[in-house]
Amino acid sequence: MTLMERMTMTDQPLLRVEGLTKRYGQRIGCADVSFDLYPGEVLGIVGESGSGKSTLLSCLAGHQRPDLGRIAYDGRDVLAMSETERRRLSRTDWAYVHQNPRDGLRMGVSAGGNVGERLMAVGARHYGDIRGKAADWLGRVEIAADRIDDRPSAFSGGMQQRLQIARNLVTGPRLVFMDEPTGGLDVSVQARLLDLLRGLVRDLGLSVIIVTHDLAVVRLLAHRLMVMKSGRVVEQGLTDQVLDDPQHAYTQLLVSSVLQV
Amino acid sequence: MIRIENLSKSFTLHNQGGAVIPVMAGAALTVGPGECVGLTGQSGAGKSTLMRMVYGNYLAAGGRLMVGDLDVATAEPRQIIALRRQTLGYVSQFLRVVPRVPTLEVVAEPLLALGTPADQARERAASLLRRLNIPERLWSLSPTTFSGGEQQRVNIARGFAHAYPALLLDEPTASLDAANREVVLSLIEEAKARGAAILGIFHDEAARARVCDRLVDVTEFTPKAAA
Repeated sequence: MTLMERMTMTDQPLLRVEGLTKRYGQRIGCADVSFDLYPGEVLGIVGESGSGKSTLLSCLAGHQRPDLGRIAYDGRDVLAMSETERRRLSRTDWAYVHQNPRDGLRMGVSAGGNVGERLMAVGARHYGDIRGKAADWLGRVEIAADRIDDRPSAFSGGMQQRLQIARNLVTGPRLVFMDEPTGGLDVSVQARLLDLLRGLVRDLGLSVIIVTHDLAVVRLLAHRLMVMKSGRVVEQGLTDQVLDDPQHAYTQLLVSSVLQV
Repeated sequence: MIRIENLSKSFTLHNQGGAVIPVMAGAALTVGPGECVGLTGQSGAGKSTLMRMVYGNYLAAGGRLMVGDLDVATAEPRQIIALRRQTLGYVSQFLRVVPRVPTLEVVAEPLLALGTPADQARERAASLLRRLNIPERLWSLSPTTFSGGEQQRVNIARGFAHAYPALLLDEPTASLDAANREVVLSLIEEAKARGAAILGIFHDEAARARVCDRLVDVTEFTPKAAA
């Protein structure tokens, strides 16, 4: 059976979210968010600053505990897991690409070490294999081989972000959370990265939840789109349908405010 | 293969006082396997709107829109994604791709998405690009740098890479020279011969006369109140 058949035949969502709500005192972080994410699907979440999209992502990834709702990953209740179980999940099956690469990297460890460290966390021990795999991933995110022993603090912001992505993807996760991942990148690197991500999604059946305000990025990357405003999902559907035939007033405003997407 | 019944569409402009603009009502047509149906009607009559609805790009306000056994008007996004991957192809007038991706990959992508082995997918892509007279030295470059005519041919190659059972073609021969126009018309004829159901917009009257089995004037679907 091909990967494609496997993907289209699975009727089990990889991630199932129901009624997720997070409040900060009286203020709503996100409220009553529900969706299913299937293997191989890329879900884009868009909205302006303060719309709750980053709060939602951090609740999903286990960085914050929601007040209400359920999250099931591969049939398992994530909120009922022990801390140990959840941490193991985020080292193996999950990956999280932070907006600021400094949050996702160890700045005092070499570039190769940053990538190799995640491999070691899942049991890799052979130095040559680890270094070889790290070098391969640095190449895939366009970091020159001779920079493998440099620390990320010596890298530009764009290079740091590329390194963070290599560090995250080296272990072949099934679910990747991304918070404005292309924000700090050169346009050309952003394009290469989008292509890389599309290839990974396709070849590995990767599921991705990507939070961004860049509608051009979601158009090229996301299969489905969720639009958030004031903590709530105001519209969701096929990405191109939501962008080309938006139904909600806020989405219409958002789409018409962009020069061209 | 494609069966449209009593389909309607309106746009609600929330940021212009909530104005509701009905653009289509009572649309109906069928396209059988191996058949090509041409949409006619003047500019603005709703030809592209109807095509976009069949593709799931525009939401239907009401009615049925069957492609195979899926009602696109009520389907889940996930079902439409699967439909587009396997069953329903669309050659739009514009090529939209990730910058910097080589042309050969752009054309092979629909096949790769279906799990076709990479060498087979690239072989099929190469043969289409060759047929459509895209010089081999350009295959490793991104089509974003190409001329309008070249981009359109890349778009056509991509649309014909997989043998979709149903195809939507929006002006596939516009602005092509005679030789390439001939290639595209043969591609359409070959698709019909293998049983594809094709719904198309052709301003090129000779092309329309050659490949279309029937014509449907979308002006009939203009809402009466708005006319």
